[in-house]
Amino acid sequence: MRLRDRVAIITGAGSGIGRESALLFSEEGARVVVVDIAEEAARETAEMIGKDAVPIKVDVSRWEETEYMVEETVRRFGSLDILFNNAGIDLPQATTVVETTEADWDRILDVNLKGVFLGARHALPVMMAQGHGIIINTASKAGLRGPRRESAYGASKAGVVLLTRQMAMDYGSYNIRVNCICPGALEKPTIDRRTLLEQQPGALDERNRRVSQWVPLGRLCTAKDVAYAALYLASDESSHVTGASLEV
Amino acid sequence: MGRASALRLAEEGARTVVVDVVPASGEETLAMVRAGGGTGMFLEVDVSDWVAVESMVQRVLGTYGAIHILHNNVGVAKMKSAHETSEEEWDYILRVTLKSVYLCCKAVIPGMIEQGGGSIIQTASVLGLDVSPRLAAYCAAKGAVVNLTRSMAKDYATRGIRVNCICPSDIDSPRRRANESEERRKFLLSRLPMDRYGQPEEMAEAVLWLASDASSYVTGAVLPVDGGFLA
Repeated sequence: MRLRDRVAIITGAGSGIGRESALLFSEEGARVVVVDIAEEAARETAEMIGKDAVPIKVDVSRWEETEYMVEETVRRFGSLDILFNNAGIDLPQATTVVETTEADWDRILDVNLKGVFLGARHALPVMMAQGHGIIINTASKAGLRGPRRESAYGASKAGVVLLTRQMAMDYGSYNIRVNCICPGALEKPTIDRRTLLEQQPGALDERNRRVSQWVPLGRLCTAKDVAYAALYLASDESSHVTGASLEV
Repeated sequence: MGRASALRLAEEGARTVVVDVVPASGEETLAMVRAGGGTGMFLEVDVSDWVAVESMVQRVLGTYGAIHILHNNVGVAKMKSAHETSEEEWDYILRVTLKSVYLCCKAVIPGMIEQGGGSIIQTASVLGLDVSPRLAAYCAAKGAVVNLTRSMAKDYATRGIRVNCICPSDIDSPRRRANESEERRKFLLSRLPMDRYGQPEEMAEAVLWLASDASSYVTGAVLPVDGGFLA
């Protein structure tokens, strides 16, 4: 039970990495607050977990909603030990800079980068008062090198990487560790891209085949792969790890 | 830094469009450009606003017919840790430091594609790669600027457009010398192998190189001009 009695908020937990992480953290003894902008999906994840799982609908790009997310967690469970800022979007139409509309730019930056800031912004005072805390952010390999034809996404994820390192520097003395995970291309892409690919029969498989050529291990990353990385960073085993960008 | 860049490029014959939100400073830079024998114009523009940016590009194209070089040099910082940063501060720093780069490039690139090429340079920062205490929003913004530079370099490489950024560390200035505490100075110098701040003119030399054909095979570069900070 690597996370016995730890209270964890996981955003974007209605599906994918967030859902797998919620299930895994719960198996390891954590009490999980399942956060997603899709209320039904969050509830579904909470039902899969059963006891001690609380679903909350949150748009992480909004100050009031992330504030509520943290306050409600502390009200219910008395503490906030782990914040996993995993919520993120990937809009397939936002490709090159010229092709990216201002609205899409703003949305991607607001959810992927500002959302991480807001989660941390509200969680940190709680963690500082407690004398401990762990923040994990889902960044991306696309935040470490410049990705082609996803400028806004790459910029947002690079922002997450730097914000992670910067917060690690500022809050280490409060016994708060801040790390990020940089997954490569996912076997099951995020919802918007997946929806687009699924419109054409075989397109998803073709995309997976094409992209996995570049992966040394010859296969794409699964949600479980990332969940295990998050578990490591959430547990005491990583007690000397902070400011890291863990590539998966 | 922007002034030094304008003067250096003008010195090498560029028709220099000086852009700033502060007219007095911008006009002063233009006067210095002209005093040195150069030509140019000044435009008062908030580069974090799309309408203003689009209009700026139209004005420049109307006057000069083409834009060959874009130096995105605007950025703002506040010494605040993440938990001290208000939503307004976050939005302001990200809009002016990061979004302005996206907006200006979006407005300028189509013309560069039409004319067969161009050079875009961002003033990023060492803090786009490494971090410093109490600069949460700024590090996030500069990190994003660095990666945006790389993406644009890849996306427009076959169009003859090169996109690079420079990473300055701490730059000397009269205001800094007047306001900075000895303690802060000692801390900053301790991270600089050269044991001194950089001069704006030293940044301008890097900008000039990236703007000119001398760097014709350089794109997507993240060039530290930092006294050894990142080494």
